[in-house]
Amino acid sequence: MADILGAEVDEEGFLVDLGDWTKEIAEKMAKDDDVDLSDEHWDVINFLRDYFEEYQIAPAVRVLTKAIAKRMGKDKGNSKYLYSLFPYGPGKQGCRFAGLPKPTGCI
Amino acid sequence: MATKKFMYLNRRSSFGTIYAIESLEVVLIAAAFEQDVSLAFIDDGVYQIVEGQNADGIGMKNFSKTFHALGDYDINKLYVSAESLEERGLSADDLMPLVYEDEDDDWAEKPSIKVVFNVELSKIMSEQDVCLSF
Repeated sequence: MADILGAEVDEEGFLVDLGDWTKEIAEKMAKDDDVDLSDEHWDVINFLRDYFEEYQIAPAVRVLTKAIAKRMGKDKGNSKYLYSLFPYGPGKQGCRFAGLPKPTGCI
Repeated sequence: MATKKFMYLNRRSSFGTIYAIESLEVVLIAAAFEQDVSLAFIDDGVYQIVEGQNADGIGMKNFSKTFHALGDYDINKLYVSAESLEERGLSADDLMPLVYEDEDDDWAEKPSIKVVFNVELSKIMSEQDVCLSF
């Protein structure tokens, strides 16, 4: 079984145990994807973690975009901006960095 | 793809079996395909949306919180059997205050739950393209 900094991950790189998540793990995952985590990335990662805490699911990208628009404004809640931060998909890649499971309904 | 009307019937309580959580998972997936989705809660299924569930003692995820996300997924038709509530000594006040924001009405918050009598529920069911029972 693969691991990142000692934390077990599945075949797609998602943490098996959400409790293993640390900021260092997020940074390592990002580095492996050639992404430099900025404050803007952390805003989304923290948002995803809060969303999961509240609703117990990783949101689908459509829902994520809408929710971010509501909470942080239209200039951030649009897919162009979110894909510029997470080129492999704000849902899939963002949730992975945030230590969440793959979004429900994501195929 | 043409939109179809999907109704998911929930007839079992939250944690005794895997049906409730699996149903919710399927509902969220269907919503990603932008279908017309509605949910019905009948028999012990009404327990799934009772307020104040706590799964700490049984080591399971308290997925009842996820019902609050349904509005974000444009799922805002949750029909609850009035007879099933009454048979269990419950009323609409015992249910979670589930709401959605109406895009066509300046994002006003509106209730998603509608308590209906079984005769009305069977009429709604007969209008569906697909009914899936859990």
